[in-house]
Amino acid sequence: MGRIVLDKVSKRFGDVEVIPPLDLTIEDGEFAVFVGPSGCGKSTLLRLIAGLEDVSGGNIAIDGSDATMVPPAKRGLAMVFQSYALYPHMSVRKNIAFPLKMAKMDQAEIDRRVANAASVLNLADYIDRRPGQLSGGQRQRVAIGRAIVREPAAFLFDEPLSNLDAALRVGMRLEISELHERLKTTMVYVTHDQVEAMTMADKIVVLRAGNIEQVGSPLELYHTPRNVFVAGFIGSPKMNLIDGAEAAKHDAHIIGVRPEHIDVTPSGGIWSGKVGVAEHLGSDTFFHVHDTGLAETITVRAPGEVSFRHGDAIHLTPRADAIHRFDAQGLRIA
Amino acid sequence: MATQHSRSAARLMMAPAVILLLGWMLVPLMMTLWFSFRKYLPLRGGDQGFVGFDNFVRFITSSAFWPSVQTTLVIVGGVLLITIVLGVLLAILLDQPMWGQGVVRILVIAPFFVMPTVSALVWKNMFMDPVNGLFAHLWKAFGAEPIVWLSDASLFSIILIVSWQWLPFATLILLTAIQSLDSEQLEAAEMDGAPVFSRFVYIVLPHLSRAITIVILIQTIFLLSVFAEIFVTTGGAFGTRTLTYLIYQRVLESQNVGLGSAGGVYAIILANIVAAFLMRIVGKNLDA
Amino acid sequence: MARAVTNRRKSVNTILAWIVGLVIFFPILWTILTSFKTEAQAISSPPVFLFFDWTLENYGVVQERSDYMRFLWNSVIIAGGSTLIGVIIAVPAAWSMAFVPSRRTKDILLWMLSTKMLPAVGVLYPIYLMFIRLGLLDTRTGLVIVVMLINLPIIVWMLYTYFREIPVDILEAARMDGASLKEEILHVLTPMAVPGIASTLLLNFILAWNEAFWTLNLTAAKAAPLTAFIASYSSPEGLFFAKLSAASTMAIAPILILGWFSQKQLVRGLTFGAVK
Repeated sequence: MGRIVLDKVSKRFGDVEVIPPLDLTIEDGEFAVFVGPSGCGKSTLLRLIAGLEDVSGGNIAIDGSDATMVPPAKRGLAMVFQSYALYPHMSVRKNIAFPLKMAKMDQAEIDRRVANAASVLNLADYIDRRPGQLSGGQRQRVAIGRAIVREPAAFLFDEPLSNLDAALRVGMRLEISELHERLKTTMVYVTHDQVEAMTMADKIVVLRAGNIEQVGSPLELYHTPRNVFVAGFIGSPKMNLIDGAEAAKHDAHIIGVRPEHIDVTPSGGIWSGKVGVAEHLGSDTFFHVHDTGLAETITVRAPGEVSFRHGDAIHLTPRADAIHRFDAQGLRIA
Repeated sequence: MATQHSRSAARLMMAPAVILLLGWMLVPLMMTLWFSFRKYLPLRGGDQGFVGFDNFVRFITSSAFWPSVQTTLVIVGGVLLITIVLGVLLAILLDQPMWGQGVVRILVIAPFFVMPTVSALVWKNMFMDPVNGLFAHLWKAFGAEPIVWLSDASLFSIILIVSWQWLPFATLILLTAIQSLDSEQLEAAEMDGAPVFSRFVYIVLPHLSRAITIVILIQTIFLLSVFAEIFVTTGGAFGTRTLTYLIYQRVLESQNVGLGSAGGVYAIILANIVAAFLMRIVGKNLDA
Repeated sequence: MARAVTNRRKSVNTILAWIVGLVIFFPILWTILTSFKTEAQAISSPPVFLFFDWTLENYGVVQERSDYMRFLWNSVIIAGGSTLIGVIIAVPAAWSMAFVPSRRTKDILLWMLSTKMLPAVGVLYPIYLMFIRLGLLDTRTGLVIVVMLINLPIIVWMLYTYFREIPVDILEAARMDGASLKEEILHVLTPMAVPGIASTLLLNFILAWNEAFWTLNLTAAKAAPLTAFIASYSSPEGLFFAKLSAASTMAIAPILILGWFSQKQLVRGLTFGAVK
C-alpha cells in the first residue's frame, strides 16, 4: 500500500546542501511526523517525497518501486498544503472532484466518491460554495476531502494546521488522527509544533539542518532523547539544561531535567532559588526560578495548588531517575 | 516547484519571447552602429564606405546639435516640472473626500488616452490658432493682441501640450502612492502638533519621493523621444527641434543615414543612462 | 481610520476638484462639442459653447472624404493583432518566470524592460530598410509585428506580476492531483489569471492604438491607422475645425471608453510594479 523508503536521499540548492544524504523508512499505514525548527529541511523533505522537487542524489521508493524520477502526478500520493491551495474558481464539489477528473474517472464514480468524502468530513452543507466563502476550518476540510477521494498510497501534510486558531487546531488534530485510524493509510505530516508531533505520530522524525537527529515513537523521544537538541526540542515546557559543576557531579558535560520531574518544597531541597514569574494554569503551575546558580532560569511544573509568590525562596529536588546525561558532543550517556 | 522537468519546460516556453526581443534589439542596433561609421546617402550615391568617427564628430559639431540638445532638455525639464508640481497638488486634492470622486478621476485621466496626433492637432488648431483658436478669442476679449503660439512661443506651446498629456500619468501614480500612506501617521503627526504645511513637508513629500523618482525616470524616457507632437505642430521649426527630431530629419528627410545613425547612437546612450537608474529601482522591487 | 469630515470641507473639495477636472478635460469636451457644429459656428467669434445648431453632418463628410472606416479598421487590426499575438507569446514566458524562477529570471525580466527604453529614432533607419527589403512597408502585417515587439516587454511584465500573485501552492496542488502541465495551465492557471490577462489585453490595446512613431513612419496610404489619418489633417486646408473635431472624436472615443476601465492597470503596467 504505502511504504516509503528513502535511500541516501540528498538535496542541494545551488551550492547549499539543505539535506545531506539520509535514509528513512516509513512503514505502510504509519503516521510519521517530521518535526524541527523552521529551516530544518522538513518541508523540503516532504516535497522530495511528493516529487515537487528533484532529489540531488539517492532514491525514493514507494511500495517497492523506484519513484525517484516519477513526476508528482504519477506517484499516487495526495498532499494537503499549509495554505490549503484550494482552487478559488471552483466550488467545493469541483475542488474535491478535480483529482478524479484528472484521472479520467467516470462521472458516476466521481459523484459517489465526492458525496462520500463530503459526508465523512461534514462538507455537505457548503458543497456548492466557493473556497472564498468558507472559514479556515472548512477550507481545511475541503483540502483533506480533495486528498482522500483519490484513495492515495499515502497522504502528505505540510503544516496543515498552522493557519488555524488555537481552538480549531486542537479539533482538527483530533479529526486527522481519527481519519488515520479509520483509513489506515500512510500519513507523512510536517510540523514545527512538537505538541502536534507528540499527539499524532506513530513515528517522529526530528530534523535539524537537514539531518535526522532521532527517529522514534513519541515516548521514546520523550524518555530517551538521543542528544541535547532532541531533549530540548521535545517536551513542553522545555527541558532544563544545566552544565558546569552540577553536571560534573553526574559525570556528564550537560544534564537535563524536565520541569515535571522536579519537586518543589519551601525548604530542604537539593537546589534553591528565587521564584520569578509564576504561571497558574489551574491544573498546573509553572514556576520560573532564578538565582539557582545552575542556569539563567529553571522551569518547574508543580501541581496547581502549590503557591509560591514572586520573590519567594524555593527549593528544588530533581528526581534522580529522570536526569538525562549528555557528553561533550551533546550525545546521550546511557 | 523546480524539478528538472518543469525547468526545461520553462526554458522552452520562455524562448519565443526572448529570441524575438533579442532579435528586435540586436539586429537594428548592430545596423545603426554599422551605418554610423559609414558615409551612407541612399539618394546621393548610396553607401560610400567607411569614414571612421566622421559622422559622430560631424553630428556633434553641426550647428543644429547643441540647440537640439538644449531644446530637448528644456522640453523634458519643463514637462517634468509642470507635471510633477501639478501632479502632487492634484493627487492630494483627489485624495480628499468629495462627491463624485470617480467622475473627477476619469476627467483628469482622460488626456492620457488621447492619441498624441489628436492632442497635438486639437491644441494647435482649436486653442493655439492665432485667428480662430480659443486662446485668440480669449486674448481679444481682454483687448490684447492674440499670440501666434506655435511660432512666437513655440517651445512653451509644445511643453503645454505634452504636459497636458502626461499630467494624468503623474497624477495617477502619485495618487496611488498617496493612498498607500498610512493615515495613522498623519494623525500621529497631528497629535504631535504639526500644522498642515509641516505635515505635507515632513510626511507626505518623503512618502512620495519614491513615486516622484519613478515618475521622473519613466517620463524622461518617454519625453526624450517625443515625436508626434512636434511632427504635427511645428515640424521641428521655430526652435522646437529636439534631438529625436534632428535624427529623424537627418535619416528620413535629408536621407543622410550615416550621420543620423551616429545621432541615433548618441540617443541610445543617453536613454541608457536614464534607463539604468530606473532599472535599478525596478530591480530592487523585484526582490521584495 | 477615515475621519468624519465636515460637509463644508467636503463641498469645498468637491467644487475645487470638479473645476480642475473640467479644465483638464476641457480640450476633449471642446473637441466633442465642436464636432457637432457647422464649420461657420466652429470658428464664430465669440465662440459658442452649447447653443448652436447641433449637426451630424461633419461625421458624414469625414467618412466620405477620407474613408475613415479604412483607417479605423487598420487601427483595430494593428492594435488588436499586436496585442493578441503579444499575449500569446508572453503567457508561456510569464508562466516560466513567475513559477519556475531561476537565478537569471530577474535579469531577463529587466533586460526585456530595457529594450522598451531603446529610443525608436535610434533604430528607425534599420527598421525602415528591413521593411523595404521584406516588402513590409505600409503593410498591416509589418506594423502588427513592430507594435507587438515594442509592447511585448510590458505585456510579459504585466502578466508576470499578475501570475506572481497566484500562489504556487495551488499549481503544485494541481500537479499532485494528477494534472499534466497542459491541464495545469488550462484548468487552473488560466481561469485564475483571467482578470489579469484581460487587464493586460486592455492596456496594451490602448498603448498600441495610440502608438505614433512607427505608425507614422512606416505607413503611407494602405496600412495607415487613425494616428496617421489624424496627422494628415495637419496640413492647412482652410476652415476645417468641425471636421477635424469629428475625425478626432471618432479616433479617441473608443479608446477613452476602454481607458476608463483600465485606470488601475495603468499604474501597474507603466511603472513596472515599482509603485503600488
